[in-house]
Amino acid sequence: MLATNGIPTAEELAPRIPPAERLKKGPVAVIECFQKIPCNPCYTACRVGAIEKFEDINDLPKIDFEKCTGCGLCISKCPGLAIFVVDETYSESEATVSMPFEFLPLPEEGQEVDLLDRSGAVVGRGKVVKVRKGKYEDRTPIVTVTVPKHLSMVVRNIRVGGGKK
Amino acid sequence: MKHTEIAVIGGGPAGLMAALAAAEMGASVTLIDRNSRLGGQLVKQTHKFFGSERQYASVRGIDIAKILSDKIEENPKIEVMLDSTVVAYYPDDGVLGIEVEEKKWVKMKAERIVVATGASEKFLLFENNDLPGIYGAGAVQTLMNEHGVLPGKNVLMVGAGNIGLIVSYQLMQAGVNVKAIIDAAPTIGGYWVHASKVARLGIPILTSHTVKAAYPNKMTGALERAVIWKLDEKWQPVPGTEKVFNVDVMCIAVGLSPLAEILWQAGCRMKYVPELGGHVPVRNENMETTVPGIYVAGDVAGVEEASSAMMEGRLAGLSAAQSLGYDDGSCEDKKAEVKRELENLRSGPVGEKIRKGLSKLAS
Repeated sequence: MLATNGIPTAEELAPRIPPAERLKKGPVAVIECFQKIPCNPCYTACRVGAIEKFEDINDLPKIDFEKCTGCGLCISKCPGLAIFVVDETYSESEATVSMPFEFLPLPEEGQEVDLLDRSGAVVGRGKVVKVRKGKYEDRTPIVTVTVPKHLSMVVRNIRVGGGKK
Repeated sequence: MKHTEIAVIGGGPAGLMAALAAAEMGASVTLIDRNSRLGGQLVKQTHKFFGSERQYASVRGIDIAKILSDKIEENPKIEVMLDSTVVAYYPDDGVLGIEVEEKKWVKMKAERIVVATGASEKFLLFENNDLPGIYGAGAVQTLMNEHGVLPGKNVLMVGAGNIGLIVSYQLMQAGVNVKAIIDAAPTIGGYWVHASKVARLGIPILTSHTVKAAYPNKMTGALERAVIWKLDEKWQPVPGTEKVFNVDVMCIAVGLSPLAEILWQAGCRMKYVPELGGHVPVRNENMETTVPGIYVAGDVAGVEEASSAMMEGRLAGLSAAQSLGYDDGSCEDKKAEVKRELENLRSGPVGEKIRKGLSKLAS
């Protein structure tokens, strides 16, 4: 439970997950923001108007999944590092998850890494397909990693190298 | 004796904004800070900030410090005194006593004063809480992010407020192992997004837990072991629930209290408001205390976020300048805008404690 250990339950998570139909169409942002805090950079980052204007800066972000192109420009702008882009159309058996990753060493494209869930537990291995670390990302690199399709809503972190705790 | 129109004491987010706002209206400002560079606590905040564009949301604290101090340095209306600590205020003639570079004594008469001195870390009572290796979390952040020194190898973080959560994340970024974050409260006090960030690194957060005791290494005398235990719903420890952590560092992040010595010396009316961190100055809606001409902003006025500290600083700076007659007609509008901004920042559920504190202070 978020309030006691920082890990959302399935119930807490449910309203933030894009509908299955939308997930079949390609990459889309999953905004794991559950608490009304005064913050709105996700709205100002979105270039396609998928994140609604905040009437009150304390509102939770409202996203129009149909408008969202999964471009990922919001990922590095979220101060809470709470936005992920999930692409379930990557291949027959695999999805990709793009996530903010502010740790060294940064993985290289093609490198295999441990896949971690929201509690930091290792749930599998995946391959890094892209690392974005330009001026726009401002020292919050975005790592895109392949995950078994059934783990697209489970994997939210990686461990480079892997095997050690 | 030095003379200035507006003395701003403290070059953190509140003080920087106060100085800029007062200068923007045309007043001459002297900004005094005890450190050798401006920025206050911003200089170690490596994370991106919340809020809106107006409070530099999505920009890292370290970069906000740079943006604001560059603006200060470019501004001919602002004189900066670094390595300068205001240690006295003489109420009879309103003179400030400033220790400069630990060797010179400078007296300054300011027509208006903005006190933006911030806050200091609270501590926690438990057996052996004075062992080497037990730090304030903010101190560890300074050591690590400002001076590039690691505090140790394995850490127990005490306090799951924003500081405890953020410093835990930054310790992990620096390669230090945070074994757990504990908090006496039944729920996490910090933002949940910060909690989720550390949770997915594998750090367990244990609410309703507190420190029972710390134990030293027999050879070195430094911290080697920490014992925690569970609290029941009445916040009483439950014997038999002890857990042992082999750690060489313990960080205490149990809140801040306002650094209000200058305000006490000046005779400002103070009120004890736990929601705001302790004794805080009574003030009007323009941030002026009960001593005319002395304004406050930021954590010294009530412990809150850097975003609201910046807004309070701007409000205090505008008000102080206006009271000296610096007003091109835009001052009231600018003040109203800042007040709206502050109200917005505090209007949500996480602002409840601050709202409660402020209404107690006003009553």
